[in-house]
Amino acid sequence: MVPFAGFDMPVSYTGLIEEHTAVRERVGLFDVSHMGEFIVSGPDTWKYLDRVVTNDCSKLPPDGILYTVMCRDDGTAVDDLLVSRMADDRALVVVNASNIDKDFDHMKWVASKFPRERLELHNVSDEWALIAVQGPKTRDLLKVTPMLAPIRDQIDGVAYYRWRAFNADGHPMIASRTGYTGELGFELFVPPSRATELWNQLMEAGKQFGVAPAGLGARDTLRFEASLCLYGHELDDETTPLEAGLNWLVKLGKTDFIGRGALAKEKEKGLKKKLIGFELDGRNIARQGYAIMRGDAMVGKVTSGTYGPTLKKSLCLAYVDGDSAESPDLTVQIRAHNVPANRVQIPFYPSKART
Amino acid sequence: MDFKNVRFTKDHEWVRADGGEEVSIGITDFAAGELGDIVYVELPKVGAEVKAAQSMGTIEAVKTVADLFAPVSGVVSAINPALEQHPDLVNQDPFGDGWFVRVKVKDKKEFDALMDRSAYQSMIGK
Repeated sequence: MVPFAGFDMPVSYTGLIEEHTAVRERVGLFDVSHMGEFIVSGPDTWKYLDRVVTNDCSKLPPDGILYTVMCRDDGTAVDDLLVSRMADDRALVVVNASNIDKDFDHMKWVASKFPRERLELHNVSDEWALIAVQGPKTRDLLKVTPMLAPIRDQIDGVAYYRWRAFNADGHPMIASRTGYTGELGFELFVPPSRATELWNQLMEAGKQFGVAPAGLGARDTLRFEASLCLYGHELDDETTPLEAGLNWLVKLGKTDFIGRGALAKEKEKGLKKKLIGFELDGRNIARQGYAIMRGDAMVGKVTSGTYGPTLKKSLCLAYVDGDSAESPDLTVQIRAHNVPANRVQIPFYPSKART
Repeated sequence: MDFKNVRFTKDHEWVRADGGEEVSIGITDFAAGELGDIVYVELPKVGAEVKAAQSMGTIEAVKTVADLFAPVSGVVSAINPALEQHPDLVNQDPFGDGWFVRVKVKDKKEFDALMDRSAYQSMIGK
């Protein structure tokens, strides 16, 4: 167990590669209760959220979920987050654990510019536990888990980035077709009082599918292979979503939002740095912070790097200065050596989450 | 493994006297567990001279990287060829098939000065 954002978190249960492989091939369970949850409510909910986030909330269907970023005026990312449409005047917002306080302050500041009687913002992070069920056998497992019986017949019908609410013995729960692994999966929001029971049921019912508990370590290698951004690595307070390659989350044509001016200008002038994927010669691993070199000049920095347990290669993501991004002769400095870094397409692992 | 001829370092390496001037070197089960899945080891070349307490190689695990230190001074007389293809042997059998290198020791006193098993175990709180 390691301390993380105020929680004691399991890095691994049985071995990182074993857990990683279980998720790719079968099904794995992650306790991600540390994630933050906010409720936005009131008649101005959607007007407000469209002001806060870069993506377009107005297109959300009634059971829809949106992946997005929220920025400051200068376009830098406060966080990446999920927005779920719970009702015409209500949204569930899920944020990174390490950013809960920063995000809530930022959102409160934006909310202060709206009429009080039309908007409410609550941090309900302590009211929800979150269990992520990820892997190709996810649906099979959910259908035989007793607590999920009320939505058993609906599991197949929940599309990617949609959610269903249900009651288990009077307790409200949400099954959301989202995840952070590049595999088919659901995330189950449950009251903390029911979380242990749900976890145990999933472990028991999952035996026949080879279920495995998976820790933070596997969560990181899985999201890394799928090239999903991790705040603190690919995104941070000095990085814009455009630099992170999240252009598809930035809707410059929608109603005005915070950071829009800066992002529009950035798009027009070209990016200062660009997120690029590399495969390394040999099996040395480029870790966060290692330098990307072009000859003797440092032209970038590794944000995440590891050995991809599924792809069986040494891979890294790195920010490279705009004018060196296309250079074919980049290396990464690993201790005293400059190891050739061959540019490869990202995502390294094409997502199967829509399966 | 019979631990009678084995000594330990504060860097969680084991050193076994193989008779004559040679010692075998590996990392302990505790170290292998802390590092997690090991995916690559970079070893010195046979014939290389190594100096006690200096790095002679690296161990890359999925989550982290660690130096492999020379526990004693001497000349590398063999490396474990199996680790090239199967670095995971270090996790599976750290005291056996997961050994790293053999070194021809320069000064036996350096070996004698290392910790015995009970001293090492108390260091890691076992």
